[in-house]
Amino acid sequence: MTLPSTPPLLQVQDLHVHLPTSAGQAHALRGLSFTLDKGQTLGVIGESGCGKSLTALAIMGLLPEGAQVTGSIRLNGQELLALKESELCRWRGARMAMVFQEPMTALNPLHTIAHQIAEPLRLHHGLDARAARARALQLLERVQLPRARERLDAYPHQLSGGQRQRVMISMALACAPDLLIADEPTTALDVTVQKEVLDLIGQLVREDGMGLLLISHDLGLMRDRVQQVMVMYGGGAVERATTEALFALPAHPYTRGLLAARPRLDGPRGARLSTIAGQVPPLHELAAGCAFAGRCPKAQSDCARQVPPWLAVGGDGVHQVRCPHWSLA
Amino acid sequence: MNAPALLEVRDLGRRFDLPRSVPWSRPEPLQALSGVSFSLQAGRSLGIVGESGSGKSTLARLVMALDRPTQGQVLFRGQNLHALAPTRLRELRADFQMVFQDPYGSLDPRQTVAQIVTEPLQVLPDRATGAPLSRAQLREHALQALADVGLRSADLDKYPHEFSGGQRQRIAIARALITRPALIVADEPVSALDVSVQAQVLNLMMDLQERLGLSYLFVSHDLAVVKLMCDDLLVLQSGRVVESGPTAEVLHAPGHPYTQALLAAVPGQEHH
Repeated sequence: MTLPSTPPLLQVQDLHVHLPTSAGQAHALRGLSFTLDKGQTLGVIGESGCGKSLTALAIMGLLPEGAQVTGSIRLNGQELLALKESELCRWRGARMAMVFQEPMTALNPLHTIAHQIAEPLRLHHGLDARAARARALQLLERVQLPRARERLDAYPHQLSGGQRQRVMISMALACAPDLLIADEPTTALDVTVQKEVLDLIGQLVREDGMGLLLISHDLGLMRDRVQQVMVMYGGGAVERATTEALFALPAHPYTRGLLAARPRLDGPRGARLSTIAGQVPPLHELAAGCAFAGRCPKAQSDCARQVPPWLAVGGDGVHQVRCPHWSLA
Repeated sequence: MNAPALLEVRDLGRRFDLPRSVPWSRPEPLQALSGVSFSLQAGRSLGIVGESGSGKSTLARLVMALDRPTQGQVLFRGQNLHALAPTRLRELRADFQMVFQDPYGSLDPRQTVAQIVTEPLQVLPDRATGAPLSRAQLREHALQALADVGLRSADLDKYPHEFSGGQRQRIAIARALITRPALIVADEPVSALDVSVQAQVLNLMMDLQERLGLSYLFVSHDLAVVKLMCDDLLVLQSGRVVESGPTAEVLHAPGHPYTQALLAAVPGQEHH
């Protein structure tokens, strides 16, 4: 229950993003709405080009030049789309922070680790160099970077991928943000390191009561990591559910197709995988109605004409699907 | 085992010299691979599993004779690849081909699909006559290879950027198939692809194996993919084989702590 006086941590309403491309204007986010409460964890899944990362960039105010945004993004009730860039700079890092996929390119190769972690502390908290360095050490110890004190003066290339991602996380946490967005934080990492980093993010989010938006193309990764999952396709959400319900009772034909296409550790050698016909269409070629209609085994003539409304699945009040032809079989 | 193995790797090792920290110091050696032995029969698949730095790609490059070992041998149909004369090796290359991980980086953007897939044939004479292949013959082979991977003849004159990631990987597979090889070394062939596209490419690779009797040396970090694609499995850690055997058995009851750790780290497993 949320009282009317306390707005949700993050409230995205009818968010549209148009991007200029060589093939014309692309309607890249098409009326996306969702909320995330304080202390909640929400996973966003979907294949490349479905708008996951764009959603993150829109929230952070980091969309590419020329992007047109309409709708509403509220953080703690504050409309972010109404903020000037200078005001947004005070929110970014301090109230909301992001961990990117590729820690090698997201870190500056010319600055030491200490310098990079200290930057948001000096900017947002006005710490002097000494205090910022001391705080940086605390942060590196908190993300369990081995030999943290020696690593303060190291450069990014001297660290492994997993260590660099720990540094990225410590930078994101430096100013104790309310919202943490992690966009494919472990895609570039080995499985054993991936597990450690996800464990770490989960632990820090619980300790600090942050809201977490975890973005991944890997459905399996969401299990055990987030409370709820939103499935995106073609710039919009097509299904939202608790993680448990999504794996037990996937309803949207796209979600069902994704789950069935994954090879399984307990599957037999040589059995053909079930596939989704066709491929993700380019953004500027999406149908007016359901974006998945062109590949959907259940599509009817009405699907491509209008975007279907949200329908409830089961009675838990969370599980919803945007498909009139959904079924659990 | 009476049948001679298609591929036999004996005590294979590769040492690299790291850059010197100071000019007069002795270069620090890095043993990327040591003492690796296995054999692969025709028509079978062997999975090579391990994390970055385990030596997976070094092993693939040595098997492809793209690099020379500092120890041991690679025998293809009984012939030591690294002892062959260059012309003989070039002829033999028709029998083993490679598919790389990144379908964006492995196709030349300035070449048409026809040029890309026929490249392996351009250095090979016709098997029957010994004469170089004519343009018409090359095009015919290219059409056949495209048909094998489910692409259309109209795609021959297009450029890589006109294709999606999954289609590009099909082009890369067509290029590998055009010489009718017995062995394909595939280095993480689907890890850059989305789940739904990955399923299409894996199905294609299984169909081709059945139809053409191919053997795969399948390098992957994804144990579920290896379970699907490979009869046998080799687990590498720090350049050494720590466990090997039939895939189903190894994954059902992993004996080495490293294999157990890899299995435990696979995300999203059902817990029974």
